[in-house]
Amino acid sequence: MIKKNWMYWLFFLALFLAPFYLTEFRLSLLGKFLCFAMIAIGISLIWGYTGILSLGHGVYFGLGAYCMAMYLKLEASGGRLPDFMEWSGVNKLPWFWKPFEQPVIAISSAIIVPVLLAMFLSYFTFRNRIKGVYFSLLSQAIVVVFVTLFIGKQEWTGGTNGLTNFSTVFGFSLSSPLTQIVLYLLTVVLLLSMFLFSRWLTRSRFGRVLVAIRDSENRVRFLGFNPTTYKVFVYSLSAAFAGIAGAMFVLQVGLISPAMMGIIPSIEMVLWVAVGGRSSLIGAIIGAIVTNGAKSFFSENYPDIWLLFLGGLFIAVVLFLPNGLAGVYQSVKQRKKQGEVRANEASSHVLQRVSRF
Amino acid sequence: MKRLKGNGLKWLSLLLCGSLLVLSGCAASSAVDEAKGKEKESSTSETSDTVKVGILHSLSGTMAISEVSLRDAELMAIEEINESGGLLGKKIEPVIEDGASDWPTFSEKAKKLLQKDKVVTIFGGWTSASRKAMLPVVEQNNGLLWYPVQYEGMESSPNIFYTGATTNQQIVPAVSWLLQNKGKKFFLLGSDYVFPRTANKIIRAQLKAEGGQLVGEEYTPLGHTDYSTIISKIKDVKPDVVFNTLNGDSNVAFFKQLKDAGITAKDLTVMSVSIAEEEIRGIGGDVLAGHLAVWNYFQSTDTPENKVFVEKYKKKYGKDRVTDDPIEAAYFAVHLWAEAVKKAGSFDVDKVKKAADGIEYKAPGGTVKIDGETQHTWKIVRIGEIQPDGQFKELWNSGEAVKPDPYLKSYPWAKDLMN
Repeated sequence: MIKKNWMYWLFFLALFLAPFYLTEFRLSLLGKFLCFAMIAIGISLIWGYTGILSLGHGVYFGLGAYCMAMYLKLEASGGRLPDFMEWSGVNKLPWFWKPFEQPVIAISSAIIVPVLLAMFLSYFTFRNRIKGVYFSLLSQAIVVVFVTLFIGKQEWTGGTNGLTNFSTVFGFSLSSPLTQIVLYLLTVVLLLSMFLFSRWLTRSRFGRVLVAIRDSENRVRFLGFNPTTYKVFVYSLSAAFAGIAGAMFVLQVGLISPAMMGIIPSIEMVLWVAVGGRSSLIGAIIGAIVTNGAKSFFSENYPDIWLLFLGGLFIAVVLFLPNGLAGVYQSVKQRKKQGEVRANEASSHVLQRVSRF
Repeated sequence: MKRLKGNGLKWLSLLLCGSLLVLSGCAASSAVDEAKGKEKESSTSETSDTVKVGILHSLSGTMAISEVSLRDAELMAIEEINESGGLLGKKIEPVIEDGASDWPTFSEKAKKLLQKDKVVTIFGGWTSASRKAMLPVVEQNNGLLWYPVQYEGMESSPNIFYTGATTNQQIVPAVSWLLQNKGKKFFLLGSDYVFPRTANKIIRAQLKAEGGQLVGEEYTPLGHTDYSTIISKIKDVKPDVVFNTLNGDSNVAFFKQLKDAGITAKDLTVMSVSIAEEEIRGIGGDVLAGHLAVWNYFQSTDTPENKVFVEKYKKKYGKDRVTDDPIEAAYFAVHLWAEAVKKAGSFDVDKVKKAADGIEYKAPGGTVKIDGETQHTWKIVRIGEIQPDGQFKELWNSGEAVKPDPYLKSYPWAKDLMN
């Protein structure tokens, strides 16, 4: 067990030590990717393990990010109205903005708000046994609803521009390298705890029920389990992960707008997990880092044609690696096994024939 | 999971090794960055004979169709400066990045340009959202950004120069002109984002103050293509003017459907603020003929500088290409910056900013001047009628350059806008 785990630890150790060997700019990029990796863990849990394909995780990410951003915006405005409200004709801080002056409330609502929405949505859909493609479509609809709402209510949300231009967090300047390093390390710690928790969860009895739901929900129901409870829980958990990711994203990138919770980013999130391998937690993390890393790398080096490279990468994954990076090894292993079996069969066949003569 | 057990160790180590490789790759590239940075630092002052500037526009995604031509205009201006001997004895080396029509990418790439490439200035952006995404980055890194597109005003960052029109150089004079020449009943139609919403708020206040009447206000999502409902609403309320702040593809749908509904420019004036020569090419001059637009520059603007500019642009990028207002603003932004650098005798951001006040340049659309206080530019306002060949016929211009007033401080009716 220890032998098996040391690779994980090495991976996370490499992440922890990143501030020593990465420049400020690269570190902030990696920090951003790790936020995406948090979402990927959540999607791996619901999609790879439970078989729920959500194409709407951008909403939970966005809600978490907005909760944090509202606090940052109020802190940056220093008691005055946020700038976008001023020019949108609002002359009093709306009531639902008030509580976000308190950092504790802002941080906890970055988790609670997405979780509540996820619970509400998933309870009513899963209880009514809506699943598969219908659920995916529904999750897309939620994205459209929220993006339209956030764009339309410019005076409360900053519209398409979103919330940006923050200065400090808890009094520390967001632009100082030290704050960024602390935030980065916090992101690694959060990612590690999410990973360990999810690993523990998937290896427990609970995790086995999730896989059972994925493979045959009706059979699980006949066995006396209530799949709804399990699905609602794991779906809300992934929303919580996305919310936390959103909050950390805003702290490090300094920007959130409805474009980041839209349909395309939501599908991209699923794509990261698909690239990494959906039924592997570490695969999902690596998928998020590799995909986004490739995006940055290609667009920096080939600003005119980088999309072609990225598209090629995705096509290659879909065509040749249907189970993602994590699936490569598996298929190799299986082929080897099959080959052995066939060889055994063949030899026994020969033996039989030989013995007949 | 079964696959995690037993032999799973092998592939796990494989994967982890892979990701470690990626990480170390990151490390290596950042080591290279650092080395380059150091090299740069030691060399910027004396030996190096080039200086880097950033160009950050969307080269992919929905905005690419508009922004690619801005990059082309900026590259042309840089080439001109290099051909005439460079700046302070150095050649300008453009570093091009793709903002990908995605706002966090703009912020990421602006950071990269300033921290990694150590560019002395950035030319970039189109949408307000992309500017808002770059703003904190340039402010925190004390960089410089030249933003070349007309926008909704209410902003004045110490690290941004705005070479496009603010509201009092485009929307406000257009509304006054329409009230005097076309009628009092206004219908406001826009895409659902910050610019149209803010613009229409200003127009509402102005109509109230100048005796106009608002008969309708509608917003559609970006990319919306069905305007039949809105057109029948327009038919019902019979406005004199439709003030159009739609952006992108929606314009194609709106104007085609308007024409199909039998409404021509003779029956109803549509004044647009986001349709320039480049967009007319996409929609078709015959569909738009007779409708109006307000800008600071048209390809048909008659100045000696413009003749040279248009000819050069077409020669470089193709006969079928057109120039328009944002292209011109992107082009002269590079020259204004170069003039400021020359005056400052340095590429240092603070020195260039200080020197920029009052700098003039003979742009294709007429002489432009930097207003030091707001870091916007003085520009001539022009209203033009679209011709079937896709060019504008100028109906009115402001004569002399209009002083930029992003917060509309000089308009009494705008006081309530800002509280």
